[in-house]
Amino acid sequence: MENYVAYLLILIKLVLILTMILTMAAYLVLAERKILGRMQLRHGPNRVGPFGVLQPLADLIKLICKEDFVPPHSNHLLFLLAPALSVITVLLIFAAIPFAPPLTVLGHEIPMVVCDLNVGVLFFIGLSSLSVYGVTFGGWASNSKYAMLGGIRATAQLISYELPMGLALVPLVLVSGSFSLTDIVNAQRVLPFAVTQPLAFGIFFICILAETKRTPFDLPEAENELVAGYHTEYSGLRFGMFFVGEYINMALLGSVTTVFFLGGWHGPFLPPIVWFLGKVLCLCFIFIWIRGTLPRFRYDQLMRFGWQVLIPLALLNLLITGGVLLWLRG
Amino acid sequence: MNLWRGIKGTILPFWVTLSNMLRKPVTVQYPEERRVLPERTRAQIVLTRSPDGEERCVACYLCSAACPVDCISMQAAEDQNGRRYAAWFRINFGRCIYCGLCAEACPTLAIQMTPHYEFCERQPLALVYEKEDLLIEDGGKDGDYNFYHHAGIGVVNPRGSNPDETAPEDVRSNLP
Repeated sequence: MENYVAYLLILIKLVLILTMILTMAAYLVLAERKILGRMQLRHGPNRVGPFGVLQPLADLIKLICKEDFVPPHSNHLLFLLAPALSVITVLLIFAAIPFAPPLTVLGHEIPMVVCDLNVGVLFFIGLSSLSVYGVTFGGWASNSKYAMLGGIRATAQLISYELPMGLALVPLVLVSGSFSLTDIVNAQRVLPFAVTQPLAFGIFFICILAETKRTPFDLPEAENELVAGYHTEYSGLRFGMFFVGEYINMALLGSVTTVFFLGGWHGPFLPPIVWFLGKVLCLCFIFIWIRGTLPRFRYDQLMRFGWQVLIPLALLNLLITGGVLLWLRG
Repeated sequence: MNLWRGIKGTILPFWVTLSNMLRKPVTVQYPEERRVLPERTRAQIVLTRSPDGEERCVACYLCSAACPVDCISMQAAEDQNGRRYAAWFRINFGRCIYCGLCAEACPTLAIQMTPHYEFCERQPLALVYEKEDLLIEDGGKDGDYNFYHHAGIGVVNPRGSNPDETAPEDVRSNLP
């Protein structure tokens, strides 16, 4: 009996999180188009429904009705696998993200996370590395020069920026003494890590910008150079999966940054879940704002910045944090 | 100094985009809002008539020759008293680019541009306008102008009897 209730709870949480995230991703697309439009003195989409709120639905219907084209001479299996990989890896990470403190109902404590992994940080880093495969396969299997170039760039960029991202997380693990995301959030009850670890926060933020493949770092899909990069050959719902995957990734990395650096659900006055969502949405706005402002890096600048600036800085930060902790704890 | 410039160049654009976000969009949302058009807007082409109600067009083919996209075609004809007219006259508005070269080329002010631009169709063939679709009951921009009163040859009046026309010269009598 007890077992069934536990499974049912997990199922309910899964469904809730999935619907929440998919809706959020759909409306992030709309929000991005609207905000970018306003930044360029346009209105953005405002035709479908009041203020264009039904635009995601219209886009979905359009994508479903499009022809699902698989280019000849492409590697079929990998071509079909790639978009699924890029969505699934991102969705899986949400399982480890705590949204709110445990809820107590009828004497039972319900954690507000699908599964509180004790290696949550590693789970996140591992899956975000796996998501590189989606992009690489997509670029390679399409049998197109643009997709190929986009895939190569994406692979190089994601691998290069994963290193400083991982290194920026190690100091947090040192300070909080745990790989569990819940413990990391609880370690920020007083001060978020963004204040105590500003350098790590900066490095991590730049790295997740590269991970989302958005402007300053949108080389993999640079429209004016590579048509659409690794998803040039995709159409219909498969393209939609890449597209939605990118926005789910945006929501995900917003949540991850909130968990790691902005204190998760901690905040005065308002209920925890509101704080969490508010922080995530603020970060999403900042992502969009950056996209509306900054131009794209050149490939060599991107590589040099990653390897010669971010990684040494992250290592230095790790060294200092370790030294200070050793000195403090004797 | 270079670093300072770099930092400034990275931070300032964020302020620019944010302040632009709070400004009013400049978009004119067409079907609901309409721009006031300039007076001499060029759009739909018409064929005008002279004050006496006759067609001005003399089917000289100059408009058709001037048209850069070849959207004007016609067939010239002549009636009993020698007046030229177009047996049929066709403008394909699906191709017309509204450049106004035809109106400039027209020696009789027959073909003229109007500011009416909302005549889109779902069927491309519906955009092919025939002479009866193009002709209007008006003189257009220069309503009093009547080509044949200046240069008509035996059409409106006998030769040489138009108000600003001199009688034909007898070329055999004015030799030196």
